[in-house]
Amino acid sequence: MQIIKDNLIMNDTWRYILDDTGIGEGDVIVSLSILKESGETLLNRKGKLGIRILPDDSVASVAGYLPHLTLVELYFPELADGRLFSHAWLLRNRYHYPGEIRATGDFLPDQVFYLSRVGVNSFHPENTQDLSATLAGLNDFSVNYQPSVN
Amino acid sequence: MYQYNEIDQKLVDERVAQFRRQTERFLKGELSADQFRPLRLRNGLYIQTHAPMLRIAGPYGLLNSTQFRKLAHIARKYDKGYCHFTTRQNIQFNWPKLEEVPDILAELASVQMHAIQTSGNCMRNTTSDHLAGVCLDEIEDPRPYCEIIRQWTTLHPEFDYLPRKFKIAVSGAINDRAATQLHDIGVHIVRNEAGETGFRILAGGGLGRTPMIGHVIRPFLEKKYLLSYLEAILRIYNLYGRRDNKYKARIKILIKETGLEEFTRQVEEEWRLTKESLILTEERINTIKAFFTPPPYDEIADRDESFTQHLQNNPAFATWFKYNTADHKVSGYRAVFLSLKAPDVPPGDMTDAELDAVADLADSYNFGEIRVTHRQNLVFADVKHADLFSLWQKLSELKLATPNVGMVTDIICCPGLDFCSLANAGSIGVAREINQALDDMDYIHDIGELKINMSGCMNGCAHQSVGHIGILGVDKKGTEWYQITLGGSSDNEAAIGERLGPAVAKNEVTKAITTILDVYVKQRLEEESFLAMVKRVGIDPFKEQVYANH
Repeated sequence: MQIIKDNLIMNDTWRYILDDTGIGEGDVIVSLSILKESGETLLNRKGKLGIRILPDDSVASVAGYLPHLTLVELYFPELADGRLFSHAWLLRNRYHYPGEIRATGDFLPDQVFYLSRVGVNSFHPENTQDLSATLAGLNDFSVNYQPSVN
Repeated sequence: MYQYNEIDQKLVDERVAQFRRQTERFLKGELSADQFRPLRLRNGLYIQTHAPMLRIAGPYGLLNSTQFRKLAHIARKYDKGYCHFTTRQNIQFNWPKLEEVPDILAELASVQMHAIQTSGNCMRNTTSDHLAGVCLDEIEDPRPYCEIIRQWTTLHPEFDYLPRKFKIAVSGAINDRAATQLHDIGVHIVRNEAGETGFRILAGGGLGRTPMIGHVIRPFLEKKYLLSYLEAILRIYNLYGRRDNKYKARIKILIKETGLEEFTRQVEEEWRLTKESLILTEERINTIKAFFTPPPYDEIADRDESFTQHLQNNPAFATWFKYNTADHKVSGYRAVFLSLKAPDVPPGDMTDAELDAVADLADSYNFGEIRVTHRQNLVFADVKHADLFSLWQKLSELKLATPNVGMVTDIICCPGLDFCSLANAGSIGVAREINQALDDMDYIHDIGELKINMSGCMNGCAHQSVGHIGILGVDKKGTEWYQITLGGSSDNEAAIGERLGPAVAKNEVTKAITTILDVYVKQRLEEESFLAMVKRVGIDPFKEQVYANH
């Protein structure tokens, strides 16, 4: 599986765990409910841990877990739900989360410039196999009018 | 007015390039219609009844003659030779070809214009007072703050995918000419007890299906916090505004459902955490203010005597002067309204030839500047007395001097069913019929200030719910009917109009309006305006007459 991370197309080994059957070895991204149910086990296993945040979730509710997380996934169930842009901004600016923030799901190359400005640094769009357009989207603009995360 | 620097120019140029790529991907089938929609909307492009409609931003209504000539060129080359001015001080073309829109945007960028965020669920064009900088009742010129807000809202990375559209208006005067109480955010420049100017912030106003008057959520905000406070409001709205039902997605519904007190608490708490990280510095304000310094006025303009002679000798000129010009803070100058409401012309429309002619007149008489009003007229804000008579003559030749500004035939009107795919009913034809029925200018002047606003559907683009008389087109089993409201206002005493009764058929609208006017003329007290009378007597006297034969 390939993703874009820090402006490069690269192979990725994270696995998205959508239910609690067979979390297994390696680096996994789990839902907020799984993390809440089996937090202790997950935090003590080998391998890195990430969490999936949906637009309906609140960033405040995961704040306590952030020191243990290597990745926060922002999953777009439908085209560019604007709440996730604020979630990313809050993760970086309010909670000072330094790890990977990854956008997944339904977004377009046309939104990655904004996403990168609010602090998202990796991208795994579900509606394209060709990551070159997504990568190019990061450079749609070379100027901006307002401060954000980047 | 504001002039682009390299960064501004680069931003609009890069936006054109981005939209060109998006259009190509759509035409090649690489973007679906659903994927392309939010992208094209954010560039002002609607798919309409007959052709796409392109809405271009008129930043707080301020344009120059070069930009007008470009609009004329676009009207000729890419459209059918005309354009339409809107209640958001924007410009619409109704006949562009989709594949040519990137070229149109490139033409606009060459004169420091764009169509960014003129539609879609994002922060729209900031609107303001068309008499900014010249009116007598001004506390401070709002235009520098409009420009600061324009820049902050443009391509804002966090707030470009909001639950619904979001509109901000700024007023710097005692009398609100920007309908700020009917915006998602209204910004009033006010002076506090210590004599410092700052902002009163309103939120939750809006028109459309559920019209509401905005609430004051902060009585006084220091200037340095303008952007941080806007950011706090937008973040709360972006996170908590409803996304499950587009008719309940505006911030006014969030405030209603959350409660004003709790919403305000959330905004203030958010702002407390971020206020010091987004400071609007005095230096920045002054940099932008430098673009809005007064033009080089003629210091002896008030010594002109020819103009008072013309007023005495020419009643038509005197009438025009009375109704289509306004006081100016500089002695010897007037602000002049160009009426886009001549009989037989769709309200707010201009041809390419008129655009060019107005550009020339602006260069000759008004320092090259042209303003768009939210009532779909134009303003030359700085005309000296000695020029008024010849300007009037030239405007008369162009049929832009109908002395009806603020009068009953100065109708705000949306494009309606003739052009708009959202509309349920026609509006331009009804406006024409009303205009034809009111062909006696003396009668119109006797009626005095009366604002008719007419929209062809619930979306309310023509602000019918705040018209002194509002007319709303509705569809009843495939035929066009019209609901009439009375007593609305977008001024300081903002009010939502009250419904007169059942909707009337298309061929009865004009009769209903003339009946309402007759009731007013017969029952008004001396010097009582239509709005004042409606407030005094309510709608019943009007209702009885309009529905007398039903």
